[in-house]
This record gives sequence, structure tokens and C-alpha cells, in this order.
Amino acid sequence: MLLTVTLSLLNGFGMTLKLFALTLLFSLPLGLVMSLGSMSKVKVIRWPIVFLIWVMRGTPLLLQLLVIYYGPGMMLHNNIWGAGDGGRFTAALVAFVINYACYFSEIYRGGIQSIPVGQYEAGQVLGMTRGQIFLRVILLQVIKRIVPPMSNEIINLVKDTSLARVIAVYEVIWAGQAFIKSDGILWPLFYTGVFYLVFCGLLTALFGRLEKALDYFR
Amino acid sequence: MAILQVENIIKNFGTTQVLKGISFSMEEGTALSLIGSSGSGKTTLLRCLNFLERADEGKIIVKGETLFDAKVKENSSEEELRRKRLHFGMVFQQFNLFPQYTALQNVMLAPTLAAKAAGTYDAKAIEEHAKELLVSMGLENRMNNYPHQLSGGQQQRVAIARAMALKPDILCFDEPTSALDPELTGEVLKVIRGLAEHHTTMIIVTHEMSFARDVSDHVIFMDDGRIAEQGTPEEVFEHPKEERTRQFLASYTREGE
Ligand SMILES: Nc1ncnc2c1ncn2[C@@H]1O[C@H](COP(=O)(O)OP(=O)(O)OP(=O)(O)O)[C@@H](O)[C@H]1O
Ligand SMILES: [Mg+2]
Repeated sequence: MLLTVTLSLLNGFGMTLKLFALTLLFSLPLGLVMSLGSMSKVKVIRWPIVFLIWVMRGTPLLLQLLVIYYGPGMMLHNNIWGAGDGGRFTAALVAFVINYACYFSEIYRGGIQSIPVGQYEAGQVLGMTRGQIFLRVILLQVIKRIVPPMSNEIINLVKDTSLARVIAVYEVIWAGQAFIKSDGILWPLFYTGVFYLVFCGLLTALFGRLEKALDYFR
Repeated sequence: MAILQVENIIKNFGTTQVLKGISFSMEEGTALSLIGSSGSGKTTLLRCLNFLERADEGKIIVKGETLFDAKVKENSSEEELRRKRLHFGMVFQQFNLFPQYTALQNVMLAPTLAAKAAGTYDAKAIEEHAKELLVSMGLENRMNNYPHQLSGGQQQRVAIARAMALKPDILCFDEPTSALDPELTGEVLKVIRGLAEHHTTMIIVTHEMSFARDVSDHVIFMDDGRIAEQGTPEEVFEHPKEERTRQFLASYTREGE
């Protein structure tokens, strides 16, 4: 039984990982673009982005999932997400990407704005180009500063993927819960926690190493 | 011919005029001290020379070449602006070293990038020159340390070496010792004194009056965005003509400088 449960949960956790990885893949770069936009001097660029960030950070992700999945169907009378599991997954992914891009954007912005203007000026008076200043001077300092808040947010994402269940994406908690109905046993649901713990533990170790690798300067 | 001619520089921040028509010139191989009370515009003037601020009026001429003329609409490319900047070196009050690079790497970074862009990259020559500079700053044992491992005085000396690495015509210092603990100012003033003895062309903004008197060939006293008085250290410090200068200098002797 343990084996059956484990295999089933692994299957569900595969979906969790897929949602996790694809969310990062799209939201990390999108967040960077958004952070640049949110610092833009041009109001028509800055304002909509700041508004979007406010909405996405000010409402529950659970609600966003529901709105993004059901909203288009209600308003356009047409389910843009396509039928079946694929459609639901796409909708969940879109919701996660937008939501996390907003959080990441704020982290990037904080990191970029925390670099003293003297670093840019020192590069300028040394005749460096804007690109050189960003790549050779600023970037690594920003990365060093954003690793801790990023790792927090990324570990939150691991656990947040369980919310996708609300639009019937078959992830690990759903897989565990299914045993209550089919076999009348509760422990597989609790067992799912082990999967989260192990994965978050791995990520924590990974980020710890990264922080350490950047420890050689202040 | 003067190495630097500054003509009628005016700079406004919004509605406040911070520089109200600054003109002066200096000769190659001399040291010029800029003194004046807080807010008189000394930093702003240096920043205009280094193109960190754009003056609203006036001209900046180096070795006969007009680097800046406010009347001419800014049409120089980023490339051109960078080339013009390299006539000046800048040492900041807060050092502004790059924290992720060692002392040696800080000094080598800009020359390396410049040489690579020009297609004249010679790693060994650049490293040797950088090491020479650091040795001349008394940092032979600190080359591979990161900025946070150095004292303020050492950091500022690295910053001086970094500014000199591109062989600027004129080296500018903005209060190079005011961010330092009193016991560390001496070592930085000593290397600047050494540079003056080697006839490095320098503009030094400083609140260290006795240092300015010793080291400089010419002194400019700024007051409220104008040059109130200028002359040799002897003239300005011993026989100030202007009442404002006397008041300013008196405020220093009162502090027991
Ligand atoms: N970016 C800026 N925007 C607006 N006002 C500024 C700016 N930079 C400087 N000022 C103002 O310009 C005036 C001159 O400033 P500046 O820093 O050049 O003086 P300073 O002579 O270097 O003073 P200190 O001895 O305190 O360094 C001050 O009144 C200052 O408030
Ligand atoms: Mg100043």
C-alpha cells in the first residue's frame, strides 16, 4: 500500500514540480521587465504596472486563480483556456506567472534601488558605458541583495502550487486526498507534507550555498 | 597655455542658482584648492567638470579643446561624452569602490574595458601599471583585499589609484578625507601631498585648511556660488582681502584647526 500511495503521490508531485518550474521560468524574467517598467519615468508605462502589482499583491492568489480560469468564460462566453486538464493547467500557470512576477518585480526593484548612486557615478567618471556599469558593477551587487528575499518567495511558491487544486489541477495534495474517497484512509494526505519538506529542504540548502558563494564581498 | 579654462559656469537646480558664474584657469602641474563653507557649490562645480551634472551656461576648455559649451546643443554621442570625461579623474568623499572587486581589480577594471574596446588589450601591461599605482599609494600588501577588508584610509588610497589608472589630465578630489576617522586622514593627505610634489595637476575640495595652504599653488575661496577670492595660499590665507574670507578662515581657527 505504501508503494501504491508513494507512486500516486509522486505522480501528483510531478505536476506540482512542473507548475513550480514553469512559473519560475516565466515569472523571473517577466518580473525583471516589470521592475524596470515600475521605475520608468514615463507615466503611461509605470502607472499600469504599479496598478497591476497593487492588485496582484493585494488580493489572494486563490481568488486570482478562479478569476483567471472562469472570468473569460463568463465575460466572453467562451473558455479561452481549452478543454480538459491542459486548459486548467495553462490557466493556473498564467495566474501563477502573473502573481509571482509581481512579487519578484518588487524584489528586483528593491535590489536595484538599494545600490548607492555613487556606484553608477564611479563607473561613469571611469568612462564605462551604461551596459558595462550595469553588467560589471551593479548586477552582482543586486543579485547578492535579492537572494534572501527571492529564496523566501520561491519557497512560498512551492507551497502555493497546492492552490491550483481549486481549479482542479491534479497536484500532490489532490493525489493524497483521493485516497480518502477511494480507500477511506487519511494518512496519504499527511504523507504529502513529506514531499514538500524534502523539496523545500533541498531549495533551502541550494540558496544557502548561493548566499555563501556571494559572501566574499559586502 | 592653461591646461584648464573654466568660463562663466552657471548651474541651477530648479529655481535655485547654485553656481553663479564661475571662471578660473589653472596651469599644468599645479594643485588648486577649492575652499568655502558648506553649500557654497564646491561639489557641484567638480561634478560639472566631470559631466556628472550638466552646467546650464559656460564653457569648459581642456588643453585648448572645448569639451563643453552650454550654447552648443548637446549632440555628442555617449561615446564622445565618455572620451571627454577621461580628461578628468574623480576621487569621491565616499570612495565608491566596487565592493565585489579586489583593490587590484578595482584599479584594473576601467583600463581593461577601455583597452578591449580600443583593441589594444595587453593584460600584463595593465596589471603592471595598476600594481605600480597601488605600490605608490603604499598598498603593496593590500592589493588582493576586498574593499570591506580595508580601512577607510586604505580604501581612499585605492580610489586614488583607480582614478589615476586612466591617466587623466586633471585629478579631482571632493573632500577626500571627510569620511575618514581623524587618525586616518594623515595617510591620505600624505599621498596627495606626494602627488603634488610630482606635479600632478589636481583640483582639491577640502576643509583641511593647513593642508590646502601647504600643498596648493593656488587657492579659490567660494562663497554662495561665486568665487569670492583667489590667489596664492599666502595671499588667501595670510592676507585675505575680502571680509567673507576673513570670517570663513576665522571660523576655522576658532575650531582650533
Ligand atoms: N541634486 C541637487 N538638487 C538640488 N539642490 C542641490 C543638488 N545638489 C546640490 N544642491 C544644492 O546646491 C548647493 C551647493 O551644494 P554643494 O554640494 O555643491 O555644496 P558644497 O560646497 O560641496 O558643500 P559641502 O561643503 O557641504 O560639501 C546646496 O545648497 C545644495 O543643497
Ligand atoms: Mg561638497
